[in-house]
Amino acid sequence: MYFDLISTFFRIGLFTIGGGYAMIPLIQQKVVEEKRWVSEAELMDLMAVAQSCPGIFAINISIFIGYKTRGVRGAILCALGTALPSFIIILLIALLFQHFREYTVVERMFRGIRPAVVALIAAPVFKMAKTAKVNRYTIWIPIASALLIWLLGFNPVYVIILAGAGGYAWGRMRHEGKEEEAK
Amino acid sequence: MIALLIQLFLTFFVIGLFGFGGGYAMISLIQQKVVTAHAWMSMGQFTDIVAISQMTPGPIGINSATYVGYTSLTNAGFAPWAGVIGSATATFAVVLPSFILMLLISRFLMKYKSHPVIENVFRGLRPAVVGLLLAASLCLMTSENFGSPRESLWQFLISIALFLFAFFAQRVYKMNPILIIVLCAIAGIILL
Repeated sequence: MYFDLISTFFRIGLFTIGGGYAMIPLIQQKVVEEKRWVSEAELMDLMAVAQSCPGIFAINISIFIGYKTRGVRGAILCALGTALPSFIIILLIALLFQHFREYTVVERMFRGIRPAVVALIAAPVFKMAKTAKVNRYTIWIPIASALLIWLLGFNPVYVIILAGAGGYAWGRMRHEGKEEEAK
Repeated sequence: MIALLIQLFLTFFVIGLFGFGGGYAMISLIQQKVVTAHAWMSMGQFTDIVAISQMTPGPIGINSATYVGYTSLTNAGFAPWAGVIGSATATFAVVLPSFILMLLISRFLMKYKSHPVIENVFRGLRPAVVGLLLAASLCLMTSENFGSPRESLWQFLISIALFLFAFFAQRVYKMNPILIIVLCAIAGIILL
């Protein structure tokens, strides 16, 4: 089990190109669908918390999942698994390839990879919308959040805080409404 | 060397602690500390490090911490093996705040998960996270990632085709993302 955790996150770290969000489709496939360590809904909650906390998103997510499955030791192994491929690859580049970027084959390879990375981030949006039970009354929330960040350059942290506060306020209003009905 | 390592550790601990908004947001913090405040490397060297961190696998924050750790030590005249220790120090330091915070939060979350207040907060958060993911993909649709039709129509069209291939392969056929990346890398070598 411990080996399973570290090897799964090692693979996730190894194939995450272009930042933490690129990890999401891989985590969905490996951790949710294959290994069933967390459910899709739990992953969404973890993402919300990991996103609103400081630190590296991918590392935050791995620490969460590791802790959920095997406690502190699991968290250490998952974080290690995610960080290790970076560590090894960057050190190899630093030690061996001083002019890594000047290799045209590498350059061309990454030109092909970049659009695919964007697509892999876009693909789970619809599935996540289903899991989050987004319906025609709530669809404005993801759209407004995305537009605030994309067009107006809003900090995602504020969006998260606003959405959380909004959920809390909505819950309170509904609660008070029910109490009045009861009277 | 010990003094430099301690400074490196403290710097990256602070970066990890205040690095809200993921790796891309962290880069400006690292630049401010490493190039402007401590002058461990030149701006040109730092730009190269960011480029390589973006191109290589792994989270950008970890990649740049590892690379900056190595370069800071070797720039100061130490041997490559000392650079490796610098890498380990910076990477460990940048992860440590996450670790402490995440463990505290997961304990708290698991205890109060079904509390109505927490439930309501998450009811608002969940749709917003879908929006964050959507925003991340929109923000990545740049000429840096897709090329531009004015510069090279061929690269732009191939990029769009690879995007559509990857999108449907993942969404409709549930193809393994790693396989998708490898196929697109091969397509890039042949076509671009």
